Amino acid sequence: MPNDKDQPGTPPTARREFLKSAGLFTVTAAGLAGGLEALTRRPGAGSAEAQGTAFVRPARPLGPYDTKEAVTPWEQATTYNNFYEFGTDKGDPARMAASLKPRPWTVKIDGEVKKPQTVDIDTLQGWFPLEDRIYRMRCVEGWSMVMPWLGFPLASLIRRIEPTSKAKYVQFTALYDPKQFPGQRGNVLDWPYVEGLRLDEALHPLTLLAVGLDGRVLPNQNGAPLRLVVPWKYGFKNIKSIVKITLTEQQPKTTWALAAPDEYGFYANVNPAVPHPRWSQATERRIGELGRRATLPFNGYADQVAGLYKGMDLRKNF
Amino acid sequence: MERPLSGTRPAPPRPRAAGRPLGWLVPAVTVGGLLPAVILIQDAVSGALGANPIQRATLQTGLLTLALLVLSLACTPLRLLTRWTWPARIRKSLGLLAFGYGVLHFLIYLFDHGFSLGVMVDDVVKRPFVTAGFTALLLMVPLALTSRKDSVKRLGFQRWTRLHQLVYVAVSLGVLHYYWGVKKDHTPPLIYAGIVIALFVVRWAAPRLRSGPRPARPAPGRPG
Repeated sequence: MPNDKDQPGTPPTARREFLKSAGLFTVTAAGLAGGLEALTRRPGAGSAEAQGTAFVRPARPLGPYDTKEAVTPWEQATTYNNFYEFGTDKGDPARMAASLKPRPWTVKIDGEVKKPQTVDIDTLQGWFPLEDRIYRMRCVEGWSMVMPWLGFPLASLIRRIEPTSKAKYVQFTALYDPKQFPGQRGNVLDWPYVEGLRLDEALHPLTLLAVGLDGRVLPNQNGAPLRLVVPWKYGFKNIKSIVKITLTEQQPKTTWALAAPDEYGFYANVNPAVPHPRWSQATERRIGELGRRATLPFNGYADQVAGLYKGMDLRKNF
Repeated sequence: MERPLSGTRPAPPRPRAAGRPLGWLVPAVTVGGLLPAVILIQDAVSGALGANPIQRATLQTGLLTLALLVLSLACTPLRLLTRWTWPARIRKSLGLLAFGYGVLHFLIYLFDHGFSLGVMVDDVVKRPFVTAGFTALLLMVPLALTSRKDSVKRLGFQRWTRLHQLVYVAVSLGVLHYYWGVKKDHTPPLIYAGIVIALFVVRWAAPRLRSGPRPARPAPGRPG
């Protein structure tokens, strides 16, 4: 069957021209599309394989602080993380998590305490009965999750180490080790990551030191082996991979408050009435949902914690 | 500021359609530029956009807008440096693709906020980050509307050229929007800023070098 291009009078070069043009068309289109994808596409989520199953979680009724809202699936809670020590992309922590070695691990406790000491993480978590707490978590960026933490109240630890009368604040310091934290090789933030709480905030029964998630050992990308959870504050207050807890007289100089003091305050209480300079904080997207929901004052914990800030202007002390 | 550029003049008549040199170029750029949108839709359907798909789609369409805008702005400097004529032929397609992704970026933003006009106005008025991005998109509207060849004739070449210089403002605001949108690592927006500044410098310097005492190179040969 003769090709319909092969008509009498058409020079044979026309077909060759057509094929050449088609080839150039394909190469150019694919090249441009490939280039644009390389420039703009962000890597997909890292894999979140099961990370050990050391904890056996007893079935239990919901406690007084638990939310009844649906828990964020493990897959999303462990692949969508802000943990700049691993990298600034939310997929980086899950991808790079293997570089962190959470055992052996020691935590130094010092400052205005009567019993300063350095304690192994397993010893530390053995001191207290571990509790499940299903908390809302609200990121300053406008997304939220519901996290089934496993841990113990920070208050238990503080009472055990006996603060002196000078202690007014608690300062937390995360691990600094660029070998384990590739994100620390750049100067994105002033390492090590430091966070802090006022002593009354630290002693609040909602404030947790977490060592697990959903009945399992805390995955590296979620802040292993020890992280802070303060559910009425924005997520960045919840410092991960803690190596030092210091009780201080002065308000700690915390990492994000130093990096951008107009955007990230020391208190960082979830507050729909105080916008971030670049976006409103009135709404949030719960991970797994397409739409937005209203953000609650103190992330829904106002009944428990609003009293801590009586008389304070939370627009100034944001 | 800038003198009329030969690439924006109507193309000389071609001998015949089939043998038209580089006839495949504009369709290839159009298809290549639209493919990322197809891939984005496929990713959205298959769940490959991750835990926060709306945020990812917003970021990706924003980056595509900026990348294509910068590519369209690179055409003239590239032609000035190399004397190739083909960059001028794809400039309009790249610009329109950039505008298309900008509109998509804006629509995703609106969807994200429940198409609430109140939220949008509040954001545009109160937050410089949004003001910059919104203004950049608005500035691209008249450029897209006057992208047809007969618009050049109707407006007159000088006025059309002056109008289209708005793209310099739009791309600068786009980079600023990107810079302000990034929480901490400002390297990528600064790279875009560097490229845009370099392109401005070439635009400014190349014609001046050319009108200097010695011609940089012999006159360009006609394609074909």
